[in-house]
Amino acid sequence: MNPLSLSGISKHFGGIVAIERFDLEVEAGEVVALVGDNGAGKSTLVKIISGVHQPTDGEIRLAGERVAFRDASDARANGVEVVYQDLALVDLQPVYMNLFLGRELRRKPFGLLDRAEMARQTQQLVDDLDVRIPTAKATLSDLSGGQRQAIAIARATHWASRLVLMDEPTAALGVAETAKVEELILKLKARGAAVLVVSHNMEQVFRIADRVTVLRRGRQVGTTRVAETSHNELVSMITGLSS
Amino acid sequence: MTIAPTRAPAEKGVQLVVRSWRQYVVYVGFVVVFLYFAATQGASFLNGTTLVNIVTQATPITIMAVGTVFVLSLGEIDLSIGSTVALAALTAAVTLQVSGAWWVAALAGLAVGAVVGLVNGLFVTLVRLPSFLVTLATMGLVAGLAQQITNLQSVPVTDEAFGWLFGGGTLLGIPILIWWSAVAAVIGWHVLRQRRFGAHVLAVGNTASAARVSGIRVTRVRIAVFMLSGTTAALAGLLYAGRLAGATYTLGTTDLMSVLAAVIVGGTALTGGRASMIGAVVGSLFMSMINYGLLLAGLTVAQQEIVRGVIILIAVSLSLRGKKGS
Repeated sequence: MNPLSLSGISKHFGGIVAIERFDLEVEAGEVVALVGDNGAGKSTLVKIISGVHQPTDGEIRLAGERVAFRDASDARANGVEVVYQDLALVDLQPVYMNLFLGRELRRKPFGLLDRAEMARQTQQLVDDLDVRIPTAKATLSDLSGGQRQAIAIARATHWASRLVLMDEPTAALGVAETAKVEELILKLKARGAAVLVVSHNMEQVFRIADRVTVLRRGRQVGTTRVAETSHNELVSMITGLSS
Repeated sequence: MTIAPTRAPAEKGVQLVVRSWRQYVVYVGFVVVFLYFAATQGASFLNGTTLVNIVTQATPITIMAVGTVFVLSLGEIDLSIGSTVALAALTAAVTLQVSGAWWVAALAGLAVGAVVGLVNGLFVTLVRLPSFLVTLATMGLVAGLAQQITNLQSVPVTDEAFGWLFGGGTLLGIPILIWWSAVAAVIGWHVLRQRRFGAHVLAVGNTASAARVSGIRVTRVRIAVFMLSGTTAALAGLLYAGRLAGATYTLGTTDLMSVLAAVIVGGTALTGGRASMIGAVVGSLFMSMINYGLLLAGLTVAQQEIVRGVIILIAVSLSLRGKKGS
């Protein structure tokens, strides 16, 4: 059973068709890129899988089991984690509190926050993933953009039991930071995660993805193995113009 | 998002020093002003009675400061606390006359504060108005109610138990008001630092959208904080009623500025997400010490107001300057 399987997903907003009959399987240990021009429906699709929007039609299966999420918390409870373009982190808190945001560990019997244990687990996670930060107790605002995105991805890794969705994870990063984040995505893959990543960057798609699926104005133009396509072919699929 | 540029180590060191200096403004200020009064006024300032008075005079401010730390941590503000003090005190005093039971009166007073907070919270969350406007409106509304319920009359509080618990009592040789301050400070610190609720308040105040996608119930947190703020104001009202053996509609009307000054000087950011409970408590003692010192120095009420305003301006500038941009 594949971690994620989408069949016939459609989404209408009033009379506007945002997504039309979208199908996709994502295997464990696989990175699938979702590409398309602005307004093609990429973010809408991510929001449907993560429970923010409900599909008008079609079905979502996680490990073969049909799911219908009420909201984003519901999706998270089912092992779907999202790395947002705008991070969704809390700047003034330490790294470990961000990692456990909304799911803080507590110590019996009084239910006090277990800061030591959260810091310990966070340190172990960032060490495992080779995320270079001074310490798990560092305040997030003292870290670079790349380090912060790495924390967001580390958080998703920690909690995702099935699937990690990434919406333009490197859009706001510089070259060196992008390289670090891509390295981290490949580590997730090596650990057996299923990753669906929205990207605008063709070079990046070729660097990290196993397969790529193309959306154009809400329609799925095609899905192909990255090894079997070329930059030009992808661009013509995205734009609809033959090269 | 914004990307922090990679900083040079030296610059980072300087930033660290500047940041911790701002954090400690209130403690430094406290010591400086303390030494100044001690040096200029000698034994009339440096004696047990005066020092105890500074703490007990501060008690209502300390308790409201605890609630206000949570409100500012959310990036919100509650201007209605001053008038809630009067309404809660009068409600408790009237209830005491009617029922004769101190605990019924106390609960009635606290309930008034919780309800004012609930109204504030509902308007901020469900109607999505800025808390500044909502609490400005309820400040006037509550002040009006306080004048209305007894038709501007003061209400005496003669109940012994009430007077002991909220005013002149001592426990283990320590004035009850100091106990109230200490308990409020410890509980406030505990909830802010050691409970999930405190972590969620700071997260919502820092980045509400991040808190929401992390599964934190943002609306519930906001409403709870406004109710907490209203309740601390009501408790301050009970303490005034107990200490002064009566309630009147003017109670607490000048406290808003003192509370905000105490909390901001103490290192809690107006913009949310950054808070210091200990700083706020020391801030309230700082404000009380200034009041007391100026009184001892023989300044007229008008002169005291001027000097207090200047000191607050300086202290707040030192603790806030440049923070917003960093």
